[in-house]
Amino acid sequence: MSGAEKTRLGLLAVLAIAFTAGAPQVLQLFTIINLTTAIALALLALSLGLIWGFGGILCFGQTAFFGLGAYTYAVWAQNFGETTGAVIAAIAMGAAFAAALGYFIFYGRVSDVYLGAITLVVTLVFFNLMRRTSGPEYKIGDALLGGFNGTAAPPLSLPWDSSSMLFPNQVFYAAMGALILSYFGCVWLTRTHFGQVCAAIRENETRAELLGYDARAYKLGLFAIGGGLAGLAGVLIANGVGRVTPDLFNLGYAAQAIIWVIVGGRGTLIGPILAAFGLFYLTGWLGQQGTLDLNMVLGGVLILFVLLLPRGVVPAAMTLATTRVGRGRDLRAARRGGRRRRSPRPAPEPAE
Amino acid sequence: MTLPRFSRRRFLEATGATATALAAPAIVRAAEPIKMAAILDQSGGLELLGRPMLEATKMAVSEINAAGGLLDRQIELITYDPQTTIQFYTQFATQAAAGDRVDVVHAGITSASREAIRPVLNRFQTLYFYNTLYEGGVCDYNNFCTGSTPAQTVEKLVPYAMEKWGKKVYIIAADYNYGHITADWVQKYVRDNGGENVAVEFFPLDVTNFGPTIKKIQTAKPDFVMSALVGAAHISFYRQYGAAGVNKEIPLASTTFTLGGEHKLVSAEEGNGMIVSFAYFEEIDTPANKKFVEDLRAFSSQDIAYISETTARSYEGVYLWAEGVKKAGTTDRAAVIEALRSPVAFDGPSGMVTIEPKTNHLVQNVAIAELQDQTLNVLETFEAQPPSDTLLVCDLDANPNQSTFYFENGLAAAGID
Amino acid sequence: MDLFLSLVLQIIYGISNLALIGLGLAIIFGMMRVINLAHGEFLMLGGYTVIVATNNGVNIWIAMLVCAPLVVGLIGVIVERVLIRFLYGRMIDTLLATWGLSLFLIGLVTTIFGPQTTTTISPPIGAVQIGEYGSSGYEMFLIIITLAVIGGVYAVLRLTKLGLLARGTMQNADMAASLGVSTPRIYMLTFGFGSAVAGLAGGLLAPITGVVPTIGAIYIAKAFITVISGGAAILAGTVSAATLLGSVNGIISWTTGPTLGEVALLLAAVILIRLMPQGITGRFFKKSL
Repeated sequence: MSGAEKTRLGLLAVLAIAFTAGAPQVLQLFTIINLTTAIALALLALSLGLIWGFGGILCFGQTAFFGLGAYTYAVWAQNFGETTGAVIAAIAMGAAFAAALGYFIFYGRVSDVYLGAITLVVTLVFFNLMRRTSGPEYKIGDALLGGFNGTAAPPLSLPWDSSSMLFPNQVFYAAMGALILSYFGCVWLTRTHFGQVCAAIRENETRAELLGYDARAYKLGLFAIGGGLAGLAGVLIANGVGRVTPDLFNLGYAAQAIIWVIVGGRGTLIGPILAAFGLFYLTGWLGQQGTLDLNMVLGGVLILFVLLLPRGVVPAAMTLATTRVGRGRDLRAARRGGRRRRSPRPAPEPAE
Repeated sequence: MTLPRFSRRRFLEATGATATALAAPAIVRAAEPIKMAAILDQSGGLELLGRPMLEATKMAVSEINAAGGLLDRQIELITYDPQTTIQFYTQFATQAAAGDRVDVVHAGITSASREAIRPVLNRFQTLYFYNTLYEGGVCDYNNFCTGSTPAQTVEKLVPYAMEKWGKKVYIIAADYNYGHITADWVQKYVRDNGGENVAVEFFPLDVTNFGPTIKKIQTAKPDFVMSALVGAAHISFYRQYGAAGVNKEIPLASTTFTLGGEHKLVSAEEGNGMIVSFAYFEEIDTPANKKFVEDLRAFSSQDIAYISETTARSYEGVYLWAEGVKKAGTTDRAAVIEALRSPVAFDGPSGMVTIEPKTNHLVQNVAIAELQDQTLNVLETFEAQPPSDTLLVCDLDANPNQSTFYFENGLAAAGID
Repeated sequence: MDLFLSLVLQIIYGISNLALIGLGLAIIFGMMRVINLAHGEFLMLGGYTVIVATNNGVNIWIAMLVCAPLVVGLIGVIVERVLIRFLYGRMIDTLLATWGLSLFLIGLVTTIFGPQTTTTISPPIGAVQIGEYGSSGYEMFLIIITLAVIGGVYAVLRLTKLGLLARGTMQNADMAASLGVSTPRIYMLTFGFGSAVAGLAGGLLAPITGVVPTIGAIYIAKAFITVISGGAAILAGTVSAATLLGSVNGIISWTTGPTLGEVALLLAAVILIRLMPQGITGRFFKKSL
């Protein structure tokens, strides 16, 4: 890790902690409550940013683990009346299901679009099945799944005293804490040997395997970690929205997750998080304006980014900043590894 | 009603604006508008229903404002588009209640959206109107449900159709809570009227190929088919049913078809002869309704293919709330709820609607109509129908501290299997 | 017996429906390795074309069989020129750009036509009686026309000079270019051709399913899965995957109901891709079109 990067991460940590501590003092209650939802989406973005940006795993159905985490949390909390176990169960469920699905995918040598297709199908199967679960026969313990209408999600409570539920601003602290820890955990992970091997596999799977690394196992591990993070994001959205519905599995969230990573930038971790926050406020703002069609705007954003800024905002901004300082070349090389280098100006490539 | 989850400080913060407004001198208050929020889907899939509902809401507000407002104050309407996403419903309801500090929220199309925002509005003590027809069973002191429920529509339509066509009924419904519960009601009323439920079948909301089912219906040879299909994809059923020519032999009845103007999307031949039941039809032949239809078409910035129950009820919902505020003489939530439950009534385009205080639902007129050349001809009107389904489980007079959805997972609460 | 016959017919219809939905996508994917996630919206545009055309007094057959493929094919050419051509060789990016296009088109059509259409078109063929079971004559027509479209695509690719040039370009673009073929033109025409087939399918299905701006979402998942399951060979892949998935869907729908029928279709596709990661034609019928 270079000195400049250390400074940058340190600055980021200070900013994040200052925001966490300051926001509830300055902002109105409703903003804090809604921020919890935004944080949940940001964590989902981070989980996809990790596996796609650092493992090259294009998962269209990251929402499967997200939704499963949310349901696990709600069902556990309704059954046992406490939420600490529920949070752990939700993370474990996301990770375990990702591991099972990943085993099926990676050991079957399914790749690229086929991987995308399978994960998309899985989340759509959950979407269809969960919508069917209306009626008294669909219950786990005391918790009714509730079909299309979903099921209520109790707010987080204190680990040592399950009867004291957290206030919305305390839930916000917990959510920010989870996001900050997850982010720095991911940063750390990408610096470890494991993370480096994953990046090597992303760049050239055959080369990595010839060097003796079992690409399948590494991808599986990364995928499971991403699943666990998405499960945690599910816990947060359950808290932000107060209800868990099959919506969480739908194509809309699946598409948004991809858009966050594209806009924020593949290969960075902070990019997807910022993009999730940005688009959260953009969609919310559009919902109040009612002038422009939301689909049109989101679609336009996606097209423009793919065409003009295919690497996303954060990498482009960093390239710009570092090129100015004149150290762009080595930093970019370090960052991008042996990937085919694109021109610094994000101009579209001509037809081949 | 009050939630123990919240500290007093929170509560004071949340209701601070109202408290200040009440404490301020009357002259200052007169200048301040009464705030109302509408959260209705304008995109994302449910805009078919949501857009005309919002137009009708806007028109009601602008009429009231043009007539001098409420309590000499204008109404300020704040609109949100939740984009057919539950997350946005919670988000916008929180914003409206705790941020904008509105006096009333008119919101929700699906039951899922209503269930998502009901706790939020209870928590922040903000009055809530839900103006969509639904499966019945909400029992919430703070929530007024003005749409028709199965005991009002299905209960009338089933015996009417059985009388007309015969006693063997084949039920098809959308595969989600509303469809399942409506199917349960249909089965109950078929049994009560001495009929036979030949089969019940459910369809995911995105299914468009109904071929296998149409074959099954032909095999089962029922006297008629009762449909609770919902949404754009399910319109295919009516087209395919007509294309196979089955509608000539086995007629259709429904309490969902035409709500989104679907009958304008199928041809006359495919739709003719179907009977439906709602609390309101655009074709209702009264001067009040003729004026409403004309005004709304002139007022609306967009084309409204058909003005259905949800649209008319959104309009009437605003007026019912306005009657409550007038009667209470204040916008204080507790006083308005008491006034509404005293009860208030409003003579609107669908006829007289009165709040039924035990359930916070409506006593309302219900009509049966037959589809002929894309027009619904009202055959019979049943006046002043009580919400007898919700009445089975709910008594807010006896126990006002309730916020329950009794039929959330079936009709067990009402003692019906 | 009548029941059996009409059931079999129903399953065949389900299969041809999948094939018809997927074919345009398969052409673009098979020839160009581009997955067009706006495919569902191309079908939707085909439907709108038919509605607009018939409203303006065009005969419904001409609207469906001529106007829809022409208009959507033209739109495809434009999309290729302003969007896709910058992204060749970047499979993931085309996927994302076309996803954006899909959202954009839904929004655009909603803005222009509103969330629902106020007019309607009926199937131009009435009911047909098989024993005591009425069947939709239009569904039978669709089965036949699907076969015809498949035959037509085969003929274009196999027998015309354009088809030959296109196949050559897809196999080795540099070689084709050095032999004097204008490869950008071939890419453009191929994309346009695939779009035209999608438009035709959308136009043909409009009388059965109706048309709303969001109808594409219903098609895209199935089309995508059919094409991916089928693999690289355009016709053999689509037809074999449609047959397999359509049969599973039809039989499970009949025995247990449509929800499980849909789920069974999706699960069958997952298992298929697990067993044959390159799709059916990655293992069988490798040399076919």
